[in-house]
Amino acid sequence: MNNAQDNPFRSEKALKRLRRRRNADMRFQGYGIVALGFALFALVFLISAIAWKASGASTYHVIRVDLELSPQTILPEGDASPEEITRNIEGFYSLVRNDLLTRFPEANETVQSKRAFSSLIDRMAVLPLAREVADEPHLIGQTTSVDVPLSDDVDMFLKGAAPRAIFLRVGEASSPMRNAEEGDFKIEVDRLNKVSAKIAAIGQHGAEPTVLLVADKSVGRIKSMEDGDVILEILTGRQDQFDGASVKAVIIPSPEDQRSVSDQQIAWALALKAEGVIKRVPHFSLLTHTDSTYPELAGALAALVGSLLTMLVTAAVSIPMGIFAAIFLEEFAPKNRLTQIIEVNINNLAAVPSIVFGLLGATLLLGTFGLPRSAPLVGGLVLALLILPVVIIAARAALRAVPPSIRSGALAVGASRMQAVFHHVLPLALPGMLTGAILGMARALGETAPLLLIGMVAFVAEVPSSTTDEATALPVLIYSWASNAERAWEPMTAAVIVILLAILVLMNLAVVLLRRKFERRW
Amino acid sequence: MAQELGQLPMGWLLTALIVIVVASGFSIGRIRAERYLIAGGQKFHSRGNYHGYYVAMWGFIPPLLVAGLYVLFAKPTALGLLSSELPEAFHTLSSAELQSYLESVANAAAMGGYSGSDLVFATVTGRYLELWGSLKGATLALMLAGAVTGIMYARRKVSPAFRARLRVERGAEALLFLCAAIAIATTVGIVASLLYESLRFFAEVPFTDFLFGTRWNAQTSAEFGALPLFFGTFMIALIAMLVAAPVGLFSAIYLSEYASVRTRRYVKPLLEMLAGIPTVVYGFFALLVIAPAVRASALGINSFLIELGAANGPVLAAQPTSALAAGLVMGVMVIPFVSSLSDDVINAVPDSLRDGAFAMGATKSETIKQIILPAALPGIVASMLLAVSRAIGETMIVVMAAGQRARISFDPSTDLTTITVQIVALLTGETEFDSPKTLSAFALGLVLFVVTLIFNLIALRVVQRYRDKYE
Repeated sequence: MNNAQDNPFRSEKALKRLRRRRNADMRFQGYGIVALGFALFALVFLISAIAWKASGASTYHVIRVDLELSPQTILPEGDASPEEITRNIEGFYSLVRNDLLTRFPEANETVQSKRAFSSLIDRMAVLPLAREVADEPHLIGQTTSVDVPLSDDVDMFLKGAAPRAIFLRVGEASSPMRNAEEGDFKIEVDRLNKVSAKIAAIGQHGAEPTVLLVADKSVGRIKSMEDGDVILEILTGRQDQFDGASVKAVIIPSPEDQRSVSDQQIAWALALKAEGVIKRVPHFSLLTHTDSTYPELAGALAALVGSLLTMLVTAAVSIPMGIFAAIFLEEFAPKNRLTQIIEVNINNLAAVPSIVFGLLGATLLLGTFGLPRSAPLVGGLVLALLILPVVIIAARAALRAVPPSIRSGALAVGASRMQAVFHHVLPLALPGMLTGAILGMARALGETAPLLLIGMVAFVAEVPSSTTDEATALPVLIYSWASNAERAWEPMTAAVIVILLAILVLMNLAVVLLRRKFERRW
Repeated sequence: MAQELGQLPMGWLLTALIVIVVASGFSIGRIRAERYLIAGGQKFHSRGNYHGYYVAMWGFIPPLLVAGLYVLFAKPTALGLLSSELPEAFHTLSSAELQSYLESVANAAAMGGYSGSDLVFATVTGRYLELWGSLKGATLALMLAGAVTGIMYARRKVSPAFRARLRVERGAEALLFLCAAIAIATTVGIVASLLYESLRFFAEVPFTDFLFGTRWNAQTSAEFGALPLFFGTFMIALIAMLVAAPVGLFSAIYLSEYASVRTRRYVKPLLEMLAGIPTVVYGFFALLVIAPAVRASALGINSFLIELGAANGPVLAAQPTSALAAGLVMGVMVIPFVSSLSDDVINAVPDSLRDGAFAMGATKSETIKQIILPAALPGIVASMLLAVSRAIGETMIVVMAAGQRARISFDPSTDLTTITVQIVALLTGETEFDSPKTLSAFALGLVLFVVTLIFNLIALRVVQRYRDKYE
């Protein structure tokens, strides 16, 4: 009776069908895993791409020199007032430049070479030094060690970002012979074949790659090479330093006229690095400087403070208002048409695109009420309206979680409804309300579009001190830095994103901790 | 004297005055009540504090009203008074010129007065500061008078029989109601401001030209055919939904039907993190990583097609910013909007339906496909609608990665522009909303608001009905 052939459920056909159905089941589950995997992969990819980009901005190159702050140079008019000192950027700049120029006599020869040398450091890079001296005038006449950030193009080269360069050890050089032409000379290098092999491997079409040879503090550019012999043009330093020195080759595939740093500037940078004048240091100025047109000098301080002020306004408006509105709707609202309209309204407002709130702010707050443009006050108000529905919905959920027995108990001993709510229900619901409020604030902190429309995109070089000052916010700073063309802004932008995400993670952690501490099952 | 008054920091003064009034009102009321209590020993209906609150309330409301009027009307009033005093020469100016002149006077005054060489401007600014100062002085005086009157009136009421608590509670309830009504006020404000500016726009540009015109060139010439923008918005939202709909739905199905409780507990918050990442970050990611990748693959396809002989020129546009890049990243962004709500509705399908299907011998996937998804369909559709409305209204990703050129093209590697991109492009850095160029942004905003509102209303209604069915 258990014959497999007779049992219709175990027939060949039925078993086949069963297998097909089970396979379909497995496939269906597989789709789910693939979908989930895709979403999680996107998350990880996004975060790691940005973290990877940001790591490029965690350090930067500075020139560390000991300067004698001679009064003649930095105070040409003899006036030692703070304003006069900070105004005289040129004096500080020439101090730094002259100190470096003593190392490179060739940079002094022509106007072009001088200009090329000057662009290793942007003029505004000495502003922090000038401000420091203005604050502490007793430094004048003394010798201090200062760090001056290197121009972003050179910094990018030294970090290996752009233009790309390949470093090779090519062994010892020997028997330098002066060539007929001025400045050129001929040397033998141990393992030149490595260089030619690499050049062949790059396979650059058309343009010949630049090859520099570095020996200690001297750098030469290869003009031609033939089996072990090299004709070298000295860019900086002395040719006798090549004699017997271990030589490094630097191959730069992109041609000189297509990049923002010249061979000569690269040579100077390499020489300064060999000397230990150029140092790679943590990029703290990202947090202590305000915005600048030069990437190496720019920082997010003004935007951080701007965001903080904006968030203060948002919190001050949206949290009490949201909690009160929730109390009304949950505890006092009569069941009538008006209440119903309010409810539908709140749900709809939660899904209105944020840019529409920006339009509201632009017409109503800026136009009709005449509030100042670009101010954290306006930004905060707009964001408060934006997150109000979020806060209200969370606060209502928190109120609903308080059991009715609490209210009944309070009413039973003679409390009025208002007293029951404010003395008994509200304290119990408050932690839940706060977590909702923090989540709303996190959303407001990342919001960009409405702030663009009320003018918080202005270039702000000063830390705002009140909610009516001109200001910008972190996400807006990200937007404006991302729109800059220079490549050096990319890691800087990513670094600000990391700061912003870190703040958001902290806020979410606070929510988790609050929930864990106050969570209560009734 | 009046000029110096013009420099007063009104924000702080108003706040300080109101705080002082409330504090003193409270103490006055309470002290009076206690004094009665000590003297007479009569039993009070309300406790002393409530009498304090009551008096404070009466001290608070009049100055608040005055402050509100000040915020709303002070500047226009001062400017109006100023322009009526201006000498004959100014009346030859056109109203727009006069307006911008007055605006610069107000700005100079806000900076603390004008000390430049333009004597006329200095005089006008000085006079404006005087007017402004007297207005400020008058406001402060009025507030103080109102507060004192209010407190005096309320103080007389304090007596054992007076039901202060009931009055205070009624006042508190009114306050709570006002806070709830802000939601309505916001909606009304949005609709009113969008409508007002849009009507000004449509007075200059015909409505049909705007909706059905195919040439958009608001920045340079006055061409306001928004169809390419609607197309770009639709195209990018479509690409986004092609990513988000399957991924979100299958994630939701897996999480609610297959995943263990542990997996669910860890994976769901991770998925929701996607919704917590600021959109500007997505925009940067799209610009930095996805757009170059899209361009490279489009170029690759082009050269492949040419090599095959299937084409004799580039087929795809391969722009540095593209609809595909923006759409893909936006799709990732809206995944949690689809998955979260779908997850909820799938979970809300009663277990009896599942058990019935299992009892009939259905496999898990058959149960899901034939029983659960049909039952949850309205909710799933609602979640898709909400996600579409998100995608349409999303701004930063498209601003950074979709481009500025308005055109109709089905090539996903080309750059398209959207409603939100144009709003940002038209209004960034603008202060005056008087040209058709700036006003067109509000017309676009109105379209955006109406479309998303319709989507939301339908979605909310569907979800509501669905809930009523199963709960």
